[in-house]
Amino acid sequence: MSADPVKPAPFARTRTRARTSLFAAGEPMVWLTGGGLVVAICMIVGLLGLILAQGVGTLWPQPVVEVRLASGARLMGEITRTETYRTGDGRTARRRLFRTGNFELTNEHFTWVNDADVAEESRPEWAMVFERMSWGRFYGRPKSLTVEGTVTADAPAAVWAGFARVHASVSDRREVRERLETEEIGEVNRRIEEARLAVRRAELRDGRDSPAHAAARAHVDAIQAETKAEFDRLRAEIAALNGHNAKFSIRVVTADGRETDLALADIVRAYPANRLSDGARWSLYASRWREFLLDEPREANSEGGVFPAIFGTVVMTLIMSVFVVPFGVMAALYLREYAKAGPVVSAVRISINNLAGVPSIVFGVFGLGFFCYVVGASLDELLFAAKLPNPTYGKGGILWAALTLALMTLPVVIVATEEALSAVPNSMREGSFACGAGKWQTIRRIVLPRAMPGIMTGMILAMARGAGEVAPLMLVGAVKLAPELPIDGILPYVHPERSFMHLGFHIYDLGFQSQNSEAAKPMVFTTTLLLILVIFVLNVLAVQLRTRLRRKFVSAVF
Amino acid sequence: MTDDRNGYPGNGNGGAAGGAAKNRLAEIAAGAVFPTETHPELDRETVVLDVQGFNLFYGAKQALYDIRMKIPKGKVTALVGPSGCGKSTLLRSVNRINDLLSTVRISGDMLLNGDSIYGHGVDVIELRKRMGMVFQKPNPFPMSVYENVVYALRIDGERDRSTLDEVCERSLRGAALWDEVKDRLHESALGMSGGQQQRLCIARAIAAEPEVLLMDEPCSALDPIATNKIEDLIEQLKGEYSILIVTHNMQQASRTSDYTAFMYLGRLLEYGPTATIFQTPHLRETLDYVTGRFG
Repeated sequence: MSADPVKPAPFARTRTRARTSLFAAGEPMVWLTGGGLVVAICMIVGLLGLILAQGVGTLWPQPVVEVRLASGARLMGEITRTETYRTGDGRTARRRLFRTGNFELTNEHFTWVNDADVAEESRPEWAMVFERMSWGRFYGRPKSLTVEGTVTADAPAAVWAGFARVHASVSDRREVRERLETEEIGEVNRRIEEARLAVRRAELRDGRDSPAHAAARAHVDAIQAETKAEFDRLRAEIAALNGHNAKFSIRVVTADGRETDLALADIVRAYPANRLSDGARWSLYASRWREFLLDEPREANSEGGVFPAIFGTVVMTLIMSVFVVPFGVMAALYLREYAKAGPVVSAVRISINNLAGVPSIVFGVFGLGFFCYVVGASLDELLFAAKLPNPTYGKGGILWAALTLALMTLPVVIVATEEALSAVPNSMREGSFACGAGKWQTIRRIVLPRAMPGIMTGMILAMARGAGEVAPLMLVGAVKLAPELPIDGILPYVHPERSFMHLGFHIYDLGFQSQNSEAAKPMVFTTTLLLILVIFVLNVLAVQLRTRLRRKFVSAVF
Repeated sequence: MTDDRNGYPGNGNGGAAGGAAKNRLAEIAAGAVFPTETHPELDRETVVLDVQGFNLFYGAKQALYDIRMKIPKGKVTALVGPSGCGKSTLLRSVNRINDLLSTVRISGDMLLNGDSIYGHGVDVIELRKRMGMVFQKPNPFPMSVYENVVYALRIDGERDRSTLDEVCERSLRGAALWDEVKDRLHESALGMSGGQQQRLCIARAIAAEPEVLLMDEPCSALDPIATNKIEDLIEQLKGEYSILIVTHNMQQASRTSDYTAFMYLGRLLEYGPTATIFQTPHLRETLDYVTGRFG
């Protein structure tokens, strides 16, 4: 700004002043910095928008379209994608990807249809979509319904009404059967396995043919005799349920005129896609989301839900936080509060920062080599010798995964905590010392509470990084399909040695490891959306906690 | 530190008594050490803190030169002097807060009621419990008003609720803060005004019944009204507590203190009753400083 022109200058000017330059005025810099922000926001919004748009639409019920091709062939299915392409003679043409399903008949889930080949297109009223336990979707017109072994309906409307009536009871029987198979038989198997392990333990402890060993073997025999009856009862129960369900089927005609019987027990959900009212469409959409969020996956993860993956992600992230925060805080406390500044401390600090730049897969390799094969194997030898050669802790598991990620995110926590500690005014420390407090008393009562919001920031960053990480998990415990959750109702309730499913790994698996990749592709977006939501929710919780702490400790109004 | 070799005008019309060297300040700047001009009135006081030939170095740089002064019991002693003269350093040496800086070295000793402060095997934490300190900027802890006041007792392991309550009320009354905060004892101390925060810090300092209360420019971050309150408070605390206060404000020193010590470049030049120091000091330099001719 130039001097006030009214008053005469108090002393002679020796230098003519330049006019306020563009850079001094700052206008271009505002645009430059603002432009940088805009680019960043555009990229973030674009990415989120893509994921949201794709992810939200996946589960929406689409109409079923039937086409008659010029060649005479008939196809029926949902249109999943449309694209234009360049034909041999240089013109552009459009083609659509039909999800035609009926894999057991056609050996294909999807078919490309060129618009030029289409002779006739319609939306048949009674085209139905069947989502099944296996073989993917089935598209066809209902012909007749068999209930309790007798044909009860032979017109589409009656078949649909009958189906809606009996399907729930069939599904219930299927669920009962599944529960018997997994829980009850599993329980019996566990008892036998436990007895066998006791034999092995006795053998390892007292030697073969010792009295204890003999007693344990007698016990196994007793258990086996005892459980045989139980087994038989369960088998009979399952067979009865299966037999009952086998009497329910629906006869469906495909677009090309082939007839197939679909067992009702195999059908998860069926609906006449072109007859749905808006309300029915929304309730179908909601029921698919419910299944997606709360059920287990089927069809090599491309159908069904992702509940185990959500659960695994959350549990793994929480275990990771439980480990990483205390250790990171302790390390930062030593560095900032106790250690004397010097070359060694600087070297340690630089190393920690560098650790943050190590590729995550390296941590995965380390985790596999150290946690699984060294620590885990030693634990197995000490505590689970009877199970060997089957590893208990000597393989990937949720505990090792959490520890690996804790190691990976440790620098984040240490750096954030150090920042927070150095932001605590020295006057507070001095005030505490002046009251006669010792070092640790000062840290515990003054420094840590005051630094807590900053430490929480570190935890949030660590959680965000850890929850979204995939590469190291592939080595230390994330699996495509985990039959059991890491926390369940079976003693001891928490099973840190179990492998687990993870949303990030699930996305990778869907996108790149799936046999039916075309069907899995939309699920990639839906799962990604879910992963982002899970991380978002975890972060919001942590931020809320931080806000509360901050209000309590830092709001120094002066 | 102002290295003001030629800045002292040296005009003889200061009217101070005594044949002080004409360029005493310049000589001090060149490294000379003069014995402190201690007024005889101080010999009649009971001593609470006895500084005995205390030297302090920040690394290679000496900040305090052979300080010898006896702080009287139950009186307010003000430390005045230009910026960087070592007032705060001296004050912070009394409760060994300076120990936290790794570069500090000292020689000489101080006695608190006869007990060595810098001797071998002194428990610094026990020592600090016998003193209270109020800092330049109010530094309430991030906790409730109540917990701030009883902090010293808490770290001492005091758990008896009635004792804590009693000390809290007594200290807050002592700091003239009780009426303002008695209804919000369990709210965060960080929401109070600056003046209240500083009085809270005083309450915290007197809660442990210190043998000496150290105040490091307690009003420099406060507005005039809050300053007035603090000064009134110091007036009230006089007699009950022995107070050593560092101040930049000559009026404050003359209003609140019984004795004043004038420091310059790490030396204690003159030390005597406040009235004398401000009106008829023995050294011309002291008069020049307190009348605002330099510094």
